[in-house]
Amino acid sequence: MAKNKNSVKNILIVGVGGQGVILASDILSEVAMLSGLDVKKSEVHGMAQRGGVVSSHVRFGKKVRSPLIPKAEADVLLSFELAEALRWLGFLKLGGRAVVNSQKIVPPIVSTGLAQYPEGAEELLKKSSTSPILVDALGIAEELGNPRLVNTILLGMTSRLLELPEPVWKKVVSQRVPKAFKELNLKAFEKGQSLV
Amino acid sequence: MKQLLSGNEAVARGAYESGVKVASAYPGTPSTEILQNLAKYEGVYAEWAPNEKVAFEVGIGASMAGVRALVAMKHVGLNVAADPFMTFAYTGVNGGFLLACADDPGMHSSQNEQDNRYFARFAMVPLFEPSDSQEAKDMVGVALQVSEEYDTPSILRLTTRVSHSKGIVRMGSPSGTPAKSFSRDRKKYVMIPAYARIRHPMVLERLEKLKGFSERTSLNRIEWGKSSVGIICSGISYQYAKEVIPEASFLKLGVSYPIPEKKIRRFASKVKRLLVVEELEPFLEEQILAMGIRVEGKKYFPRLDEFSPEIVEEGLRKAKLLKPKRVPVTSAPTPPTASLPRPPVMCPGCPHRSFFFALNQAKGIVLSDIGCYTLSVLPPLEAIDSCICMGASISTAHGVAKAIERAQLEEKRPIFAVIGDSTFLHSGVTSLMDVAYNKGNVKVVILDNRTTGMTGGQDHPGTGRTLQGEQTRQVDLPKLVESLGIKRVRVVDPYDLKTTSQVIQEEVSAEEPSVIITNRPCVMMEKFAPGLVHKVDPELCEGCGMCLRLGCPAIVPGEEIPSKKEGGKVRRKAEIDPTLCRGCTVCEQLCKQGAISMAGA
Repeated sequence: MAKNKNSVKNILIVGVGGQGVILASDILSEVAMLSGLDVKKSEVHGMAQRGGVVSSHVRFGKKVRSPLIPKAEADVLLSFELAEALRWLGFLKLGGRAVVNSQKIVPPIVSTGLAQYPEGAEELLKKSSTSPILVDALGIAEELGNPRLVNTILLGMTSRLLELPEPVWKKVVSQRVPKAFKELNLKAFEKGQSLV
Repeated sequence: MKQLLSGNEAVARGAYESGVKVASAYPGTPSTEILQNLAKYEGVYAEWAPNEKVAFEVGIGASMAGVRALVAMKHVGLNVAADPFMTFAYTGVNGGFLLACADDPGMHSSQNEQDNRYFARFAMVPLFEPSDSQEAKDMVGVALQVSEEYDTPSILRLTTRVSHSKGIVRMGSPSGTPAKSFSRDRKKYVMIPAYARIRHPMVLERLEKLKGFSERTSLNRIEWGKSSVGIICSGISYQYAKEVIPEASFLKLGVSYPIPEKKIRRFASKVKRLLVVEELEPFLEEQILAMGIRVEGKKYFPRLDEFSPEIVEEGLRKAKLLKPKRVPVTSAPTPPTASLPRPPVMCPGCPHRSFFFALNQAKGIVLSDIGCYTLSVLPPLEAIDSCICMGASISTAHGVAKAIERAQLEEKRPIFAVIGDSTFLHSGVTSLMDVAYNKGNVKVVILDNRTTGMTGGQDHPGTGRTLQGEQTRQVDLPKLVESLGIKRVRVVDPYDLKTTSQVIQEEVSAEEPSVIITNRPCVMMEKFAPGLVHKVDPELCEGCGMCLRLGCPAIVPGEEIPSKKEGGKVRRKAEIDPTLCRGCTVCEQLCKQGAISMAGA
């Protein structure tokens, strides 16, 4: 699309309201800024956050214009939820990678029989040519001792797909989590790194 | 120092650096964070007003006193504040005055997508349109300066994509803008017809001077590229166009009203084709056409919804300025099963849910209002019949009731108005006064969750706390309602389904207006009490699905129950997600099998 597109990295982070998508994109944006790059990120607040679809666009590079990632230009799709990964797959560019938390969040509209949760979502994802990295981040987080670590585990995984300095990642993660949970979060980050 | 700031955070920072001392607003997506952030700066007085008109007038007062003022609101908020706005454009200012107003193209969180740039033209005041956070911060300072220099209120027009995108901003230090003082000037500020007639021609003279500013300011700049195509744009459209067709020549308008006519003529004369790329209405395009210049715009770009790089690219392709579309090289086409609907829902344990469940049994006509409770229109509750604007529920219900009565329509259903506490204090009070005064018979429900929920939980005159965290006086809703002349006022616990239904029935049978006030606070404000989490006993659950009809995100279908008859419908036992359940007990009350109880019990 644009002439400078190759110098801009695009990361689309998606999930369901309340999962921590916006915190994750805040951390990623901060890491990029502290690494000396131009950064823009965009998401929509308000109504959508009440259990609805949440997507956050993060772009960084020498100079970033649009805060939105054009379709089929994302380098990484980080999904906090299984069906959401399918919804946003079309944003990935050729050779882009998807990091997907296999957790399912079933909306009430499914419970009341008005819609169906996509069947065989994992198989569909695996069949796509993105060689998705599927992980049960919630399970791992619970093993590590706190379900809230999902966010940090997924960021650790994503960090392996981006060329941003590790010390900056760890610095920002440490600053953004409650003090009492700093060590645990760093452990979760490293666990995430080891999965990719 | 540099920081990553959203457009709204940047506006707050800009106001602080420019010496704004008084700020007032009513929360509204996407503008809410402006005041939330400005409130944190030392030396700034920032408040939540009951509505946008009040906020605007507080700003006018501060300006009259010679102090720099900022008021913030969403686009439709300016409809509410239009009265003071239009006449303040006549009086002009003493201290600088900035209206930060955020439009919502695409209606992410709004009832319409009106283009508020027309308000600047309507009132003949200067309009600033930033395209990123840095510009948002910088323009606040310039707009305040222009306000003082030209004796006019200024508008900073944001959009969702500018307000809620973050970018890198260079911090400055606060400048010591000396406050003036209140100077009596009756011919300037007392808008009786005789004095307003003096001010109106001054508005036109001011506009001529502002045109000069628009020509000179570097906020309206030409970026020369190829001469084959020239693009005029403002706001976020600039960033999209610049990304998609960086080789074009650009006239970027930071001040989009009044437009710099000479600059536009010069630009137009140097390019072969001239296009306007603007979101929503052809605001710039029509003005440029009126200048007699050949320009294209809405022929290629939609008038609906918000833009994206793809939409701008598509438009430029239609205009034959970009080569035919290459097939998007996506490695993974979205499978057709991926479109799982996930509409926004009320939170688990939300007190609105149980109230609407009870209200549905009354089978009334329900005129609603703006807030989280508007979500009750969606399945499975489908509980309301209208939502127009802030405060409209009670007055529209009154209109419906009077129409039915006077036209003698065959209509036995009771007429309800449903409104939140914050919305009631915003503009429902006068409507209720109308019902009482004109002997209406409307059943008004005030869903009092003691916060402004949909925008994320802001304080208001009913919460007992100010924006800057001070304890304060609290509106007593039952007393307020009684003082308007309403005799029947009932307070109910919406988590108690049986009593709530009973109260609704009693009020429906009364031949006079009544007000039912629910008393449970928003669950987002309450500390989660894990002891109250409920569970389903799989031995007792028969899969009747009654609890699922609440549409609570915490209740999900679980294990299948094989059908007794062959080919019969497969039932599923209910399960409660312990991480989501807030222990409101409503599902427990609905379960005929007694299968739901507190998890610890």
